[in-house]
Amino acid sequence: MAKVIVMTSGKGGVGKTTSSAAISSGLALGGHKTAVIDFDIGLRNLDLVMNCERRVVYDFVNVINGEATLRQALIKDKRCENLYILPASQTRDKDALTKDGVERVLKELAADGFEYIICDSPAGIEHGAFMALYFADEAIVVANPEVSSVRDSDRILGILQSKSRKAEQGERVKEHLLLTRYNPERVEKGEMLAVGDVEEILATKLLGVIPECASVLKASNQGVPVIHDEESRAGQAYSDAVKRMLGEEVDHRFLTPDHKGLFQRLFRRSA
Amino acid sequence: MSFLDYFSHNKSQAASIAKERLQIIVAHERSKRDQPEYLEALQKDIMAVVRKYVDIDTDSIEVQLERNGDYAVLELNVMLPD
Repeated sequence: MAKVIVMTSGKGGVGKTTSSAAISSGLALGGHKTAVIDFDIGLRNLDLVMNCERRVVYDFVNVINGEATLRQALIKDKRCENLYILPASQTRDKDALTKDGVERVLKELAADGFEYIICDSPAGIEHGAFMALYFADEAIVVANPEVSSVRDSDRILGILQSKSRKAEQGERVKEHLLLTRYNPERVEKGEMLAVGDVEEILATKLLGVIPECASVLKASNQGVPVIHDEESRAGQAYSDAVKRMLGEEVDHRFLTPDHKGLFQRLFRRSA
Repeated sequence: MSFLDYFSHNKSQAASIAKERLQIIVAHERSKRDQPEYLEALQKDIMAVVRKYVDIDTDSIEVQLERNGDYAVLELNVMLPD
C-alpha cells in the first residue's frame, strides 16, 4: 500500500521543496520506492532543487491530460536508485489539476509498487495546495519558528482535518510538524520561539527540527538534496526525521547551542 | 541574583510575546473554524431584524455556537445603546 504524504505549510518560503527533496531522498536511500510530485503548477522548482531540470520532457499535467504516460514523465533520480520525480507543468492554467486526474496518477503510482508518494504543495490555500493535500494519508506541516508561519500552519491543519478526503470519510490525516530554520542561539536569548512553544501552540507531534544551516543554501545551489551532505547538521537532522517516519525512535538533536569553549572563542576561525 | 544571572539579565522578551500573541489568535481562529457556515448569514439576518427596532452598530451583535457533548448552545449577544 502506497502512503501519500503531503508536504504543506500555508506560508511560502519555509522549506517545503527543500524538505520534499531531502525526505524523499532519505526514504529512497532507506530502500523504499518513492515518488515525489511537484504540485506547484506554473512555478516548478523541485526539478531545480533535485538537479533534473534539464531532463524534464513531460510533466504532471501532460500525464493528467493523457498527452504522456506516467512512465514517460517520471524522472529517475541520479543519486538514489529508488527515487522518481514527477515535475510540475509550467502552464499558467491554474485549474490544470483535476481531482480525478490527480487520483488517477496516485493510483497508477501505487499500482506500480511505489511505497511513498510525497506531494510537494504550493504555498497558499488555493486550488493547487488543495489538490496536493486532498488525497493525503499523512501530512508534514513545515513551519519556521516565526509568528506568520505558525499561524498559517494552524490554518492548514484546520483545512487538512476538514477538507481532505480522509476528513470527508470521517477519518483524520496523520499530522507531523517539521520545524525548519531553527536557531538555538536565538532561542536561548529569548529572541525566537522555542520548539516546545510551537509544538504547544499547534498541538502536533514533532517529526523533526532542522537547524538553520549554511548547507541548505549550498545544497539547493548545487541541486543536491541536503540529506546527502552527511556532515551537515541539516542533513543529519533530515536523516533523523526520515528514521522517525520509518518508525525508529531517534532523539532530537541540534536543539541547544553548541557552546564554544573560551579557547575556541578567542581563536575563532572565520568559517 | 546569582553570578550567572549577571550575564543573562538582558534576555529578550520577543519570543514570549510572540507565543502569547499566537496563542490568542490561534484560539480565536479555531473557535471560528469549528462553527457552521450558516452562522454568519444568521448573524446578518438577526441584525437586520434588531435594526428595525433599535439603531445599533455592526459590531454590537455577537452570535456564537458552543458545543457541549451532545447539545449545542446558540448564544446571542446584543449590546443596546444607552
